[in-house]
Amino acid sequence: MLKNTPKIKLRGLFKIFGADDKSVLPHVQNGMSKEELLEKHKHVLGLQSIDVDMQAGEITVVMGLSGSGKSTLIRHLNRLIEPTAGEIVVDGEDVTQLSQADLRTLRQEKMSMVFQKFALLPHRTVQQNAAMSLDVRGMDKETQDTEARKWLERVGLGGYEDHYPSQLSGGMQQRVGIARALTANTDIMLMDEAFSALDPLIRTDMQDLLLELQLELKKTIIFITHDLDEALKLADHLVILKDGAVVQQGEPQGILLNPADPYIEDFVSDINRARVLRIRSITNPLKSKKFAGDVEADDNLESLIALSEGDTALTYRVMSDGEPIGELNMRDLVKALVPRISSTQAA
Amino acid sequence: MATYDWFFNALGLRDWCDAGTSEAPMSMADLLAETGNAVEEPFYAIPFPSLDALNKACGQITQTRDIVKGLEEGFLAIRPALRTILDPITQPLSWMLDGTLYLFTQTPWFLIMAMLLLVTWYATRSVSVMLFNAFCLSFFAFVDHFEPAMETLAVILVCTVISAIFGIPIGIAMSKSNRLQRMVIPVLDLLQTLPTFVYLIPLIFLFPIGESRLYGIAITLYAIVPIIRLTDLGIRLVDQDVIEAGNAFGMNARQKLSKVELPLALPNIMAGLNQTIMMSLAMVVIASMVTAPGLGVLVLRGIRNLELGVGLMAGICIVLLAVMLDRTSKAALSRIDRAKSKTS
Repeated sequence: MLKNTPKIKLRGLFKIFGADDKSVLPHVQNGMSKEELLEKHKHVLGLQSIDVDMQAGEITVVMGLSGSGKSTLIRHLNRLIEPTAGEIVVDGEDVTQLSQADLRTLRQEKMSMVFQKFALLPHRTVQQNAAMSLDVRGMDKETQDTEARKWLERVGLGGYEDHYPSQLSGGMQQRVGIARALTANTDIMLMDEAFSALDPLIRTDMQDLLLELQLELKKTIIFITHDLDEALKLADHLVILKDGAVVQQGEPQGILLNPADPYIEDFVSDINRARVLRIRSITNPLKSKKFAGDVEADDNLESLIALSEGDTALTYRVMSDGEPIGELNMRDLVKALVPRISSTQAA
Repeated sequence: MATYDWFFNALGLRDWCDAGTSEAPMSMADLLAETGNAVEEPFYAIPFPSLDALNKACGQITQTRDIVKGLEEGFLAIRPALRTILDPITQPLSWMLDGTLYLFTQTPWFLIMAMLLLVTWYATRSVSVMLFNAFCLSFFAFVDHFEPAMETLAVILVCTVISAIFGIPIGIAMSKSNRLQRMVIPVLDLLQTLPTFVYLIPLIFLFPIGESRLYGIAITLYAIVPIIRLTDLGIRLVDQDVIEAGNAFGMNARQKLSKVELPLALPNIMAGLNQTIMMSLAMVVIASMVTAPGLGVLVLRGIRNLELGVGLMAGICIVLLAVMLDRTSKAALSRIDRAKSKTS
């Protein structure tokens, strides 16, 4: 796969929480486990040997259960947390080497952040909150107002400019949070469990809003979540963390079809595979001559099952941009729907 | 023979003890003892081996009165040095107090009343509080206590402003440094637990009686504690998520303080200010012993001369003044709270 140089590159990133993290680092590099480290050296292992590339214009979703280090990871990108070892390269520049002043500039101009608990200023109006990043940069009042208004309008909060955050519902507050990040006009947006505090319906709305904005803005988004459905919906690139280490990363469809270890199999076993998997992911090379019909490669399996009315004898031709790219036998489709669970097989 | 003779005899210090002591009786008790008709004392009358008791047995041991004298002399010895430093620093306080007292007592009553009510309205936007204040001020004037009440108010005002000017920055610095907090908290505890009379004593030595900074310092030292504590607490209690957001958007320390920490800590700081005002009032009455003017002087007169009525009337005025200050500052505080979480 040919890709441009990644926007953000993490190399050999380690984080150990504790008073003397540098001195216990060699133990971790030699493979000491989290439990052993805590017991012997009273240090907590946050992240270990993280290597991740995040491409420009893509949504990279970092997923893991609580305590897996995902929030720690995202805070390394703008160095809200200092790494113990490793490189964080953003646009070819190692963030770990920046001075405090340069770091502030980076946070002001390159990265904005959306928080799980919104973290809005309660004493400022919605508009002032949205304009916060410009205010920090010392922009004039007029630019602040027009920019803030524009983005508030864009996230569907037109007319609420003069309200205070406490007057808004959770979903609306998070829209302010997103508007605040967008007003900063940065290439990179960090979203730390941005939708986790919202109820399911609102969450779906917000996901749709994000995807719609992304279609137009093409930002580099790093999205943290513990919810696999959300991860699969949003991700161009999915990184799964466990105990501070990357267990598997790649295209979400690939992870779903070929989970690397039992932990991920358990993770993916509960989801509706027919809705998440795309036809493209299980297409075989063209062999047959006769087809029951043409299907789009980017449709999900659910729609194909509906089309075939459950008939497993059929074979469809898979089209992408009007070109045939392969074929799909309904029997393969059914196989793909069965989650592979090696943990139960092994037992 | 004194009770503890055996002790010095046993140690073989008798010669050293008796060296240089005259045989002349030292006190009335000695004199009585020398008349010869001393009764054998019962065992429970044995004195604690205090300095004075030991002195009886051994002339070389100092008496307590010598230590008291030593303390006084030591204090007097460092006084000139302390005064050279403290005099110029505290001089402005005298000027501020004298100036404000002059302003509050020389301005015609109707002007000062109007001014105070205007301030009340500006701070609270509450009609009921303003009416109550108008009633209190009229009452002071009606019973001819307006001038002492205004003196008390002037002193409170100056001391509260001084407390805020010094207390808020100290509180901010404490919230930023755990080490400073560990150092300052014992001092605050000390200031708060010391009986207020006790720190009048060194102040009397340090500053000439009759200068207004004497009571100004006493009141400020007592009243500054809550505003320091609550500023520190308020800033430490600011939601860490919001501070993190400030960091994530690249705020520097100054921006974080002015845009996030102080506004979010404001309700706590205002609560501290309310406490500071109330403690100034408490102290300004006590400080009348060291020439603080105002209603406290009348209370003191009531106590000293057993003029019950004078004391009681002044007491009523103090209570009204206290309620007035408390209501006004609390109303101002709740206005800020409302503004913070506008639900209209």
